[in-house]
Amino acid sequence: MALQFTLNGKTVEFGGEARTTLADCLRHHLGQTGTHVGCEHGVCGACTVIVDGEAVRSCLMLAVQAEGSQVTTVEGLSEGEDLSPLQAAFRKHHALQCGFCTPGILTTAHALLTHEPDADEERIRHVLSGNICRCTGYLPIIEAILDARAAYADGRRGKPA
Amino acid sequence: MKLSRLEYARPASVAEAIELLQGTEGAKIIAGGQSLIPVLAFRLAAPPLLVDIGKLDDLRGTETTPAGTRLGARVRWCEIERDAALRRAQPLLAAMTDHVAHYQVRNRGTVGGSLAHADPAAEMPGVAVACEAIMHVAGPAGSRDVRSEDFFEGPLQTVLAEDELLVGLTLPPWPPGRRWAFEEFALRRGDFALAGVAVHYGRDAEGRMHDVRVGAIGAGETPLRLRAVEAELEGRKIGETLISSAAKLAAASVDPMNDLHADAEYRRALVATLFERAMLRAEHRQEEGENGPAVHP
Amino acid sequence: MKVLATAPSNEAPAIGQAIGRVEDLRLLRGKGRYIDDISLPGQLHAAIFRSSLPHGVIRSLDTEAARKLPGVHAVITAADLGRTVPTIPVRLFPLPEYQPFLQPVIAHDKVRYVGEPIAMVVAESPAVAEDALELIRADIDMLAPVVSLEDSRRDQSLLVETSGSNKGHYFEIGKGDVDAAFATAPYTRRERMYVHRHTGVTMELRGSLAEWDAERGHMTVWGASKVPFANRRILAGMLELQEESVDMIEGDAGGSYGVKGEFFPEDFLVPFAARLLGRPVKWSEDRREHLLAISHARDIEADLEIACGNDGRVLGIRGEIWANIGAYMRTSVVIAPRNSGQFISGPYKVENVGIHVAMQLSNKSPCGTYRGPGRYEADFFRERLFHLAAKDLGIDMVEFRRRNLVPESEMPYPMPGTAPQNNPTALDSGAYELVMDRCLSDAGWNEKLKLQGKLIDGRYHGVAATCFIEGGAAGPRESSRIVIERDGRASVYVGSSGVGQGAETILGQIAADALDVPYDQVQLFLGSTTYVKEGWGSYHSRSTVMGGSAILLTAEEIKRKLRAAAAMRFNCAPEEVEVSRGRLIASDGRSLAFADVSDQGITAEETFANHRHTYAYGTHVAHVAVDPGTGHVAVVDYVTVEDAGRIINPLTLHGQSIGAIVQGLGGTLLEHLVYDENGQMLSASFADYLMPLATDYPNIRSTAIGLRPSPFNPLGAKGAGEGGTIPVGGVIANAVANALSSLGVEPLELPLTPPRVWRMIQAAKRKPREG
Repeated sequence: MALQFTLNGKTVEFGGEARTTLADCLRHHLGQTGTHVGCEHGVCGACTVIVDGEAVRSCLMLAVQAEGSQVTTVEGLSEGEDLSPLQAAFRKHHALQCGFCTPGILTTAHALLTHEPDADEERIRHVLSGNICRCTGYLPIIEAILDARAAYADGRRGKPA
Repeated sequence: MKLSRLEYARPASVAEAIELLQGTEGAKIIAGGQSLIPVLAFRLAAPPLLVDIGKLDDLRGTETTPAGTRLGARVRWCEIERDAALRRAQPLLAAMTDHVAHYQVRNRGTVGGSLAHADPAAEMPGVAVACEAIMHVAGPAGSRDVRSEDFFEGPLQTVLAEDELLVGLTLPPWPPGRRWAFEEFALRRGDFALAGVAVHYGRDAEGRMHDVRVGAIGAGETPLRLRAVEAELEGRKIGETLISSAAKLAAASVDPMNDLHADAEYRRALVATLFERAMLRAEHRQEEGENGPAVHP
Repeated sequence: MKVLATAPSNEAPAIGQAIGRVEDLRLLRGKGRYIDDISLPGQLHAAIFRSSLPHGVIRSLDTEAARKLPGVHAVITAADLGRTVPTIPVRLFPLPEYQPFLQPVIAHDKVRYVGEPIAMVVAESPAVAEDALELIRADIDMLAPVVSLEDSRRDQSLLVETSGSNKGHYFEIGKGDVDAAFATAPYTRRERMYVHRHTGVTMELRGSLAEWDAERGHMTVWGASKVPFANRRILAGMLELQEESVDMIEGDAGGSYGVKGEFFPEDFLVPFAARLLGRPVKWSEDRREHLLAISHARDIEADLEIACGNDGRVLGIRGEIWANIGAYMRTSVVIAPRNSGQFISGPYKVENVGIHVAMQLSNKSPCGTYRGPGRYEADFFRERLFHLAAKDLGIDMVEFRRRNLVPESEMPYPMPGTAPQNNPTALDSGAYELVMDRCLSDAGWNEKLKLQGKLIDGRYHGVAATCFIEGGAAGPRESSRIVIERDGRASVYVGSSGVGQGAETILGQIAADALDVPYDQVQLFLGSTTYVKEGWGSYHSRSTVMGGSAILLTAEEIKRKLRAAAAMRFNCAPEEVEVSRGRLIASDGRSLAFADVSDQGITAEETFANHRHTYAYGTHVAHVAVDPGTGHVAVVDYVTVEDAGRIINPLTLHGQSIGAIVQGLGGTLLEHLVYDENGQMLSASFADYLMPLATDYPNIRSTAIGLRPSPFNPLGAKGAGEGGTIPVGGVIANAVANALSSLGVEPLELPLTPPRVWRMIQAAKRKPREG
């Protein structure tokens, strides 16, 4: 089985077993370990990536199902060493501690604010209820995402803060 | 927690999908995969072949006509969320959808997947039953329609044969002025409901209810239609005493299961509570702007 | 109180600034290095065959089919160990009496819990290894499972037959003359209470990657955290290697909360396999295994009696506590049982205590420490008793606590003693009443009281306030090593571990001030055994105080060496050289940068020794609304004030508080590791083990203040990070009791899940009300 998709703007190929999830494909076949795996049964959200503009759980998708898609992972949210406005807001609000759930939360928030830059606190909470964070208690995460909205409203979303 | 070894096929037509199902014993359909892949990850099932219907565009889209609303099996929750016209056409469907799982799952999870998975606590099967939806099934011998109440046979069991495919469903037209509510209680947002109740009814000028429909989820081995409760309410004016007696009847007419999260006695009482709340919500819903929660673009 | 990060400022002092974390720069870009992110060329993958039965005798094991599966390199069982199967030692407070109850690294005669390792497959890929697991057959004669504490105490089915009892061991907790106090007490009340089994559940799963260098006889293990040095000692012993022949390498850790990083069976099996096969071997836990096999916690029952004067002064607490410690006594097993008795008095003056704590074995997963071990349980027991006593005596709940808080004038105030192993400790410093009043004021207590017990829009409202202490800075020692690099920057190596708490940032702040250099001139290296000669790690809220104090000592030595080196260049006495902001300044104004003398090899390693604990403390106020129709407890408002002594970084401290509170709320209202009566664990997925989501507890207001430094360490800091969790069970239960006071509901058992609360309401409605 050999297929191609676009990962963070570059064409990649995967030739592994059909049973391989997109999460394992990204991490172990393509070496992009920023996407984390926390449960492998679709509950924790740590493995969230953006496929064709929509946030999805990469443990609940076979790699082969991504054929021809545009996939964005946490590694694709910023360029070089600079933090994107969303990432910078996470640092400012101390919205991460151990950082393990963070890539999935960043990709989820990025997809949300890209579609809904005016999402209110309730909407953000509802969307974030699909991502488990064990360290922060979520309050600073919500504050960081609220803070990052401005950058999406004025089109700076992907650019460094 | 890796999946068992499997083959994968992505047919270009419904007919091809059915051929594939016929060709490999134990083959399973995969659409969004949001219910199936966890089952495979725990190795509770190990189908030798997954037939991905992700390229079958016939199974996409919704259409509302005077005959009702037809939803393709591949319609995703996020599409219902964003479709203002659909939400107006089928307000109970819209209200229910807001309880389904989480953002990421709603971006891939499908109506057909939920119905075929047939979890008795899932919202979509409950609404299908409460709305008397018709399921459209394709198989080697052609198509057949199945009434939603006949579709579900038990927990995770439907009438679908191994070589059949659910292609969509039709919800009957929603008459104007109809009262409705969907109430569920889950331990956390997006979890499977411990129980849920859907009600909808018409109301005449004197305030008497007609064409009452009451459904319940998490309250039996399949989504339930509470006909005794419907009969109790039919033709009567809503009032505290009636709601209370009907709630007792609702509790008496369900047969919930015990599990890790709640015992049958609790779920039974919960059905009564949720029924009361649903009736009050339905009754107090403003005539205007009754199209359910906001549409998310 | 909202705290925002400041840009890393090079102004002195660094301590006290809300500096944004250095860890964030890599973690936010997906550039962290967690254990599963690390791979070695040629590595093989392990998967563990675990017992599906809780209790039984292994008759035979058929691994033939698994071994033959293409891609499988080995199936390792106890027989392959070639000698006595090593057992995992108790790391903290071991006694020879624990020996019969230690866990073998792989089951060989009996299995004692569902999830216990029986065999390990090593294969080309994780998926193939799992395929092979399905081919292994274990023939096990089932024995009667011991599940509940009642089963355990009955001693009919025994985990270790030769011991004659399921009671692993015990603690006697004592102070004063408790029986004399009870003999004359005007008021007593006795209750049976229970805190259910739940645990840390880190988002990162456990994992290990081991590489054996046969030529050098050297083992390298990646994936260490929490206590790498202790684990190296254990592993070296089991592999019959010198400690120096084993390196434990710490990367980024996706949480610990006490549970991750202890020595587990896999921590032997993976390196063993790597040596046996001569290939790097990697094991990555899955979530089901995690829930089955990570250290479980809590599961403690108490039968306690309180004695009070008519004025509400607590005269004594006595009774029995039973901890269901699971199938084996593992590394940190004694801490929670002991603390559940020793911390019964908490921040209050209780002069007479007598509690017998039994550690009971069962066929559940072995227990260890989890955030606030024993203290969470003790707070629940104590605050429930206080609530009932205040109610019986007609004393306002706040006034009751006010009368009993330890006054500042009596500190250090000794806690009850413990035997057979004494753990002497005393409350170090604090203005307990002042902080309580601050919290009540922040909460708007008097306004809230107006809602007490009221039914508003279908929900009963209740409020409660309780006080707590935390406990941190466990000894015995911690080490640090500092090297002045050629560019003048300081590399600071510490034996403390980074477990996601921001230790790099915090310890960097301490080092910057101690060396008197700008913050960006220090770089921290944590945990790995290659960094310092001996380290202790991160548990008992110790890394900041112990690691930080070690840095202070080392920095003094570094500065001494810097002065001496500069004095040579200046041709003056070392005393005439001043260290300031990274420069060495002579009395005549000449100056050198650190870099200018770095060729002198400026390096030092020092160890800080301390046996006195710190006690952060504070008050929590909970406002709940209970839906009688569903039993759901909504947290309407949750307000806390905590004094953590000298605050190093307000940003990370605040983060610890909020996170700990939400974990406490999860443990109180949602999370439960449920076993059925047959010993099967029912909560082995995230669909069944329910942790808080973003939508559950949005209303938390937490403030950390630096009011009273600890007198027991040179930093004045106090261990913080567990305090948020400790009081939650007690204060929520009391708030629920107050909400439902018209019904007479008194929760004595956790968790307060909707079905349980609903059942209590139904029971109360059926029961005729007493007076």
